[in-house]
Amino acid sequence: MDFDLTEDQRMIQDSVERLMADRYTFELRQKYRREAEGWSRAVWRKYAELGLLALPFDQQDGGLSGTPVETMIVMESFGRALALEPFFGTIILAGGILRHGAGAAQREAIIPRIVAGEMTLALAHHEREARYARDHVAVTAKRSGDGWILQGRKDLVLQGDSVDRLIVSARTAGATQDADGVGLFLVDARAQGVSRHGYPTQDGLRAATVTLDSVHASTADVVGHPAQGLSILARVFDEATAAICAEAVGAMAALHALTVDYLKQREQFGVKIGSFQALQHRAVDMFMSLEQARSMALFATMMVSSSNAAERGRAMSAAKVQIGRSGRYIGEQAIQLHGGIGMTMEYKAGHYFKRLTMLDILLGDSEHHLGELAAGGGLFQDE
Amino acid sequence: MDLRFTPEEIAFRDEVRSFIRAALPASIRHKMVEGRDLSRDDVVAWQRILNRRGWSVANWPKEWGGTGWGPIQQYIFMEEIQMAPAPRPLAYGVFMVGPVIIAFGSEAQKRRFLPRIANLDDWWCQGFSEPAAGSDLAALKTTARRDGGEYVVNGQKTWTTYAQYADWVFCLVRTDPAAKKQRGISFLLIDMKSKGVVVRPIETIDGGHEINEIFFDDVRVPADNLVGEENKGWDYAKFLLGSERTNIARVGVSKERIRRIKELAARVQVRGRPLLDDDIFRRKLASLEVELKALEITQLRVVAAERNRAGRGTPDPASSILKIKGSEIQQATAELLLQVVGPQAMPYGLGDDIGGALAFGELWEMTAAPTYYNWRKISIYGGSNEIQKNIVARSILGL
Ligand SMILES: Cc1cc2nc3c(=O)[nH]c(=O)nc-3n(C[C@H](O)[C@H](O)[C@H](O)COP(=O)(O)OP(=O)(O)OC[C@H]3O[C@@H](n4cnc5c(N)ncnc54)[C@H](O)[C@@H]3O)c2cc1C
Repeated sequence: MDFDLTEDQRMIQDSVERLMADRYTFELRQKYRREAEGWSRAVWRKYAELGLLALPFDQQDGGLSGTPVETMIVMESFGRALALEPFFGTIILAGGILRHGAGAAQREAIIPRIVAGEMTLALAHHEREARYARDHVAVTAKRSGDGWILQGRKDLVLQGDSVDRLIVSARTAGATQDADGVGLFLVDARAQGVSRHGYPTQDGLRAATVTLDSVHASTADVVGHPAQGLSILARVFDEATAAICAEAVGAMAALHALTVDYLKQREQFGVKIGSFQALQHRAVDMFMSLEQARSMALFATMMVSSSNAAERGRAMSAAKVQIGRSGRYIGEQAIQLHGGIGMTMEYKAGHYFKRLTMLDILLGDSEHHLGELAAGGGLFQDE
Repeated sequence: MDLRFTPEEIAFRDEVRSFIRAALPASIRHKMVEGRDLSRDDVVAWQRILNRRGWSVANWPKEWGGTGWGPIQQYIFMEEIQMAPAPRPLAYGVFMVGPVIIAFGSEAQKRRFLPRIANLDDWWCQGFSEPAAGSDLAALKTTARRDGGEYVVNGQKTWTTYAQYADWVFCLVRTDPAAKKQRGISFLLIDMKSKGVVVRPIETIDGGHEINEIFFDDVRVPADNLVGEENKGWDYAKFLLGSERTNIARVGVSKERIRRIKELAARVQVRGRPLLDDDIFRRKLASLEVELKALEITQLRVVAAERNRAGRGTPDPASSILKIKGSEIQQATAELLLQVVGPQAMPYGLGDDIGGALAFGELWEMTAAPTYYNWRKISIYGGSNEIQKNIVARSILGL
């Protein structure tokens, strides 16, 4: 058993944290948020220079063959900084699909450009009626000549308004919630028939509704088997869950530190408010909640490479439950302990709180995952 | 002992209910149900409707337009308002400065201000908190120096709700810089149009604009606008903060939210079944209902005891319990509503971007997260829950 980072991993951690400390102060973040795309192209180039965009990809494809631990390190840093760039969508979601599903030609055409910071992607999978069901795909792909015609609407496509390319899940066969019959299609975001309606999300990031009206995709644009897309997605969603657990832990840790700092600064009744035992105990409860979350994020990182899909899924659900609960508790208490200032947009605490709330919702909230875990027989099964 | 309302009380409730049902503009009701912000005009329009019925300042003595209702009727009235749901009469005038003027103001102040509060001709805001004086309100620094027939006010207030709409602000100011803390504070009424008053908006985490900073730079205020005696302002402030006991738990608000949660959970589909049919969800909702029922009865116990209380104005420490529990339950309803909405809560659809987000979802979905964020304030303002617990520990438990 070994919880330590390797020398290389520590170097990655140092360099990401240095970059974020430099380029991602709260003031700069507010500035990036107001840029046309809602994130910073300049910082994206920095990620490319540091090799962050190459991390999880295979060396053969131009990547660095990083493990889930490297992803965890980066995501935690992004969580602390409340990073806005489409790393999750491009590298974790779309990148994951390419890693697990794409053919050699597709990987060769796309991954080097991602790694160079020249291309961003988003996964267009969620549909309004799906709620948290991952197998809900009503968008259709119909055979047409030697290609496919996509039709329908996707929602909450993260940063879908600014990315270059989309991976669209669409039904090639079967009914809306069938396990088979879903294909994954690479679609140029500016292709004929694609219209994108962008909007901010509740945490200051952006998403889009994407409407596909007779959008053409060629056979070469299908990732994996045109009826087996959901099994690729299942794998990718597990990796994505581990990734956002790490991001949430970064946000929680930073928010907790900010709050403890505030307790040491703020004076009322002639003393630091941190001298009130009621508040000390609250800060301790938050700390315990943070550490529980950190442990479960580590657990998720460890389990995400398991080849046992059921076991892996239960682990991700368990982690997501803990992350959701801890995020909520730490978020709410941080606002409470700050008093009025915590309620304001001009102070950082509220932004963490909002991001944590959205991270709970993303990929299924804690209630949903508790249900999944319970239905799957719980966590402690024969070992 | 009989915990039920009497037939007379039920008749009274029905009268209030049918009046509100008939008189409340549908547009205002919709905004309330959907969790959208009300405009200044909405609040004014509704209060004037109540005022025409003689109910806008129901809690005041009859000679100033009050109803003469007892505590139980007051309670029923407010609960009906909350459950409608309708805006309540603007608290800063009706429940705060109004009662202070009635109890401690001059005859001239009463005649000048009270009718205008009742009809919401003047919008009042509360200038108590300052950057360094929140929970420790007595640390306030804003000064009022006497200069002939005027006070000259300098300093800053913050977190002032709806200062952007306000015609007047009632302030706690330091009139005796030498006196320690609570002593040396006075209660001053300041016209927001006075020269030297500047309001700066503060954006809240939900993206809304309800709070502000107010800066006072050599603002000249007629000495006639002092309420009661100089340097007695702290007593009046304590009276003000303790004067609302009959509805502090806002049980009606939570009842309305639970009704709304049920309505929406019946609409939201999870794998082809309404969320409301989900057993786990129902248990969660039911357990919130148990808490709310207990709170309601606790609130009614305080209301009933109110009838027997001789002197008004001394805060009942039990109101602290009501404030704490009430805030927790209101916040729990906001959290549950967010859970009902689920991923559809993600688009931010307020302000200028509403068009883009509306392409994705519906208005009621997009207010779930902002309301959840915004309602964190309920356990902070008006004496935070920690301060309330300190009061209970000291005053009830004698610790
Ligand atoms: C949305 C909103 C609207 C408001 N509207 C108005 C308004 O219209 N007019 C107005 O005058 N004010 C208003 N307020 C101000 C409000 O009353 C104060 O925010 C509140 O009194 C807390 O003060 P503070 O923000 O300075 O926090 P602080 O007093 O600094 O408190 C920070 C934290 O320390 C805790 N704490 C402080 N002292 C103790 C103690 N002794 N023991 C244990 N814990 C303690 C608090 O509970 C809190 O958790 C509003 C606030 C908000 C958020």
